[in-house]
Amino acid sequence: MAVDRSALKLTGVRKQFGSTHIINGVDLDIREGERHALIGPNGAGKSTLFNLISGRFPLTSGQIQLKGQDITNQEPQSINRLGLSRSFQITNIFPKLSVFENLRCAVLWNLGYRYSFFKRISALKDARESADRTLSLIGLEDRREKMAGELTYAEQRALEIGITIASGADVILLDEPTAGMSHSETDAAVELIEKVTQGKTLMMVEHDMGVVFNLADRISVLVYGEVIATGAPSEIRNNPRVQEAYLGTQLEDEVSS
Amino acid sequence: MLSSGLTLIFSMMGVLNFAHASFYMLGAYFAYQTGLFVGFWPALFLAPLLVGLVGAATERYGLRAVHKFGHVAELLFTFGLAYVIEEIVHLIWGRAPVDYRIPESLDFTLFTLYQTQYPAYRAFMMLVSVGMLIALYFTLTKTRIGMIVQASLTHPDMVQALGHNVPRVFMLVFAGGCALAGLAGVLGGNMFITEPGMAFAVGSIVFVVVVFGGMGSLIGAFIASLLIGAIQTFSVAIDLSFVDVVSALGISVDPDSFWYGGLSITISQTAPVLPYLLMVLMLIIRPRGLMGTRES
Amino acid sequence: MNAVINRSRFVLWSSVAVVFVLLPIVFSGGFELSMLSQMGIAIIFALSYNMLLGQTGLLSFGHAVYFGLGAFMTAHAINYVHDGGFAFPITLMPLIGGLTGLGFSLVLGFVTTRRPGTPFAMISLGIAEMVAASALMFTTFFGGEGGIVTDRTSGGAVWGVSYGPQIQVYYLIAGWCFVSMALMFAITRTPLGRMANAVRDNPERVQFVGYNPTRVRWLMMSLAGFFAGIAGALATINYEIITAEALGLMASGNVVLMAFIGGIGQFWGPIIGAVMVTFLQSALSNYTQAWLLYFGLLFLIIILYSPGGIANLVTMHSPVVKAGLVKRLIPSYTRAVVSSLILGVGVIAVIELLYRGTEAIGVSPLVSWLTALALVLTGAVMLSRSSKKVSQLWGELSPELAKWS
Repeated sequence: MAVDRSALKLTGVRKQFGSTHIINGVDLDIREGERHALIGPNGAGKSTLFNLISGRFPLTSGQIQLKGQDITNQEPQSINRLGLSRSFQITNIFPKLSVFENLRCAVLWNLGYRYSFFKRISALKDARESADRTLSLIGLEDRREKMAGELTYAEQRALEIGITIASGADVILLDEPTAGMSHSETDAAVELIEKVTQGKTLMMVEHDMGVVFNLADRISVLVYGEVIATGAPSEIRNNPRVQEAYLGTQLEDEVSS
Repeated sequence: MLSSGLTLIFSMMGVLNFAHASFYMLGAYFAYQTGLFVGFWPALFLAPLLVGLVGAATERYGLRAVHKFGHVAELLFTFGLAYVIEEIVHLIWGRAPVDYRIPESLDFTLFTLYQTQYPAYRAFMMLVSVGMLIALYFTLTKTRIGMIVQASLTHPDMVQALGHNVPRVFMLVFAGGCALAGLAGVLGGNMFITEPGMAFAVGSIVFVVVVFGGMGSLIGAFIASLLIGAIQTFSVAIDLSFVDVVSALGISVDPDSFWYGGLSITISQTAPVLPYLLMVLMLIIRPRGLMGTRES
Repeated sequence: MNAVINRSRFVLWSSVAVVFVLLPIVFSGGFELSMLSQMGIAIIFALSYNMLLGQTGLLSFGHAVYFGLGAFMTAHAINYVHDGGFAFPITLMPLIGGLTGLGFSLVLGFVTTRRPGTPFAMISLGIAEMVAASALMFTTFFGGEGGIVTDRTSGGAVWGVSYGPQIQVYYLIAGWCFVSMALMFAITRTPLGRMANAVRDNPERVQFVGYNPTRVRWLMMSLAGFFAGIAGALATINYEIITAEALGLMASGNVVLMAFIGGIGQFWGPIIGAVMVTFLQSALSNYTQAWLLYFGLLFLIIILYSPGGIANLVTMHSPVVKAGLVKRLIPSYTRAVVSSLILGVGVIAVIELLYRGTEAIGVSPLVSWLTALALVLTGAVMLSRSSKKVSQLWGELSPELAKWS
């Protein structure tokens, strides 16, 4: 019997850069196994929120808890080791390593290899198998030996997602995973995301409303650094404040399509 | 002044110029050479211009090509450039110091402070430096060109879209920074010796000043240069050794002991190390420097 | 598949070992042996440097510090043996150098590897200056201006090996060089080595796969210091004297040149760089005063036109070889090579004329200057034309080549 636990909890999170207030008190509670989308107009602070959660920026005030543990202001690698993994809006891979090696780097820590400099990496079977498993999951087997910097944009985005999930983290943050993709690429990406986040908690920032309404169990709307609504897709669709924030047009268009 | 030129280039283009001191040296040599023909005062204006031209050429043909390879490549390029400029100077003017003197009109003592004489020429240098800094400050913040330069720093694409020739702006900035270095060379060359090694002697200290004062901040560079200059001058003058310090605390040190070698170092002997120590400490504690705006 | 790779690697490494052993038979002169010994030392040093630059993306301007400290410590150790302090075979002295290098890089590295990129480069410069400046202060350890002198035959002969003759020193160096090369290569194939590459490519991403990039850098720095110290120790043994110059900026700059010219993108790049630079330094400095200028120019040319160094020039052509298209390149390459030769000769002529004046050749000044300038001009024009042809050709071939890369 699955207990409904909190995977990621934000309380009173604030962030300011100098005198600019980006995040003005955000409270969020993401349940385990949930697929949660974060939407909002540009400049609302969605990426900043991600950066706060993943430890890239320190909070000005507030608290963040991962599976009940306080991760406020911890370093990214510690947060990652506790089971949270994220992707980036601007593709953030290792361009001079092969696709396979990209994935292998992502699994090393979890398998306990730490900073070892006296174990031959090619002999590490579990690392190889784990990386290969992820490789087939993201469908890039035929690109295994190619230098990551030479992949197409969509392939790189897929690799990005691959690196994010390879380590087996159970809370996944995806930052605009379908940015810049064509329709068919987006559909493939959505399929991939669904596949790889089975049984995990997913939080994603997205602009593509089709993707959002397809994938999300719950949606939060961030405007000027504050969450103005949280709820099921249908609630959000009909929420007047949300419609106002988006000036009505985009949401209605997407909904009617 | 050297530092302000370097800061300018760095803050504008994010390029740390190893060869900056080499342009300083070029300034001195050009001043010497042109001075032979036209005298000191015209050389004061001509030499920096010449250096600026060389800087512009370097930017256009060298730096620009390397820019796409990243910061590391740019740094290495200026590094190699420093070598090459030094060798070319060797080539043209030989290895011995060159007889570049302070003009007679400025060669007298202004006043004495704590037994240290203060030559008028130094006052002149101060005057020019401060003047340059003020002019620079005003140009950057008040004039249209200054605005364009500042905008190009953070939003080069936008500025280019607005119709300004951004590559040319960069070239101008680089040339400007080099010209400043050249000006420093003109002034410094006759105060200190003008010889091929001068670039290296000065180069490292300049880096220290820029890093210490903060990369990207002119004011920081100014303060830092004063600070470091003061430390250098006074520490050389202080003849206390650590032994003296330690014995003042009541502990006597046996001359034959191992530590004596280290402790008998006088502060004046540590003088060369102090600036670097400060820089390293600053980089570790506060990489932005005193008033910096950019870390890397 | 792995078995094939392993076998070919084994063959490769064994051949290297064989070459090392046989070299002195071909180059048996005193001068040549000295140069081979120098190259061996340079190879270790350059490879250790590339652990930082090519593999971890750390541009250090102060690597010679660890080389020098290792060298000085070894010198003192040898002298201690000489004075009967303790018995320690000269053969194992490089270990002392290595451990010294390791010790200092552990300590210094801990503080300096916190920031990557340009701040790191600056700090390394600052530390290098600091150490070089303090070398003149701590005269007991650094021997002041004269440095420390040592006798490499201290401790007597073991199994007939006293290290008096240069050939014995060569084999000592060759042995350590081979072992160091193998170890450094092996490190590239460990989790740390791979993560170092990842840190080089994208330190931020590394954090998000659970690794602390600073820790990775620090470890690589320490290891690099270890091998640099070994090189330093071998230098002490070879020259029997060590001065503060060995840890100065010139030495640090030198190793940057070596690694870069050889090519930082491949493991074996710095080996080529080390061999080339050592050779040019010894050979050229006998013929011309301008050798440092040539170096600088070579360095600049490589940065501008082939930042991957010589190694890159080589690997760039492997798809061509695989595709069997070498013949198509030959005509335009020949033209390009010929024109660059002409240009090169012209430039050298100009530089040499400036240095030596025209009395050296016995031809009238006007003629020599005109010839030199003519060579420069023709060479430049020819080169710009032929290089355009070459890029054109590469453009045409690239679709076919893409299949092979």
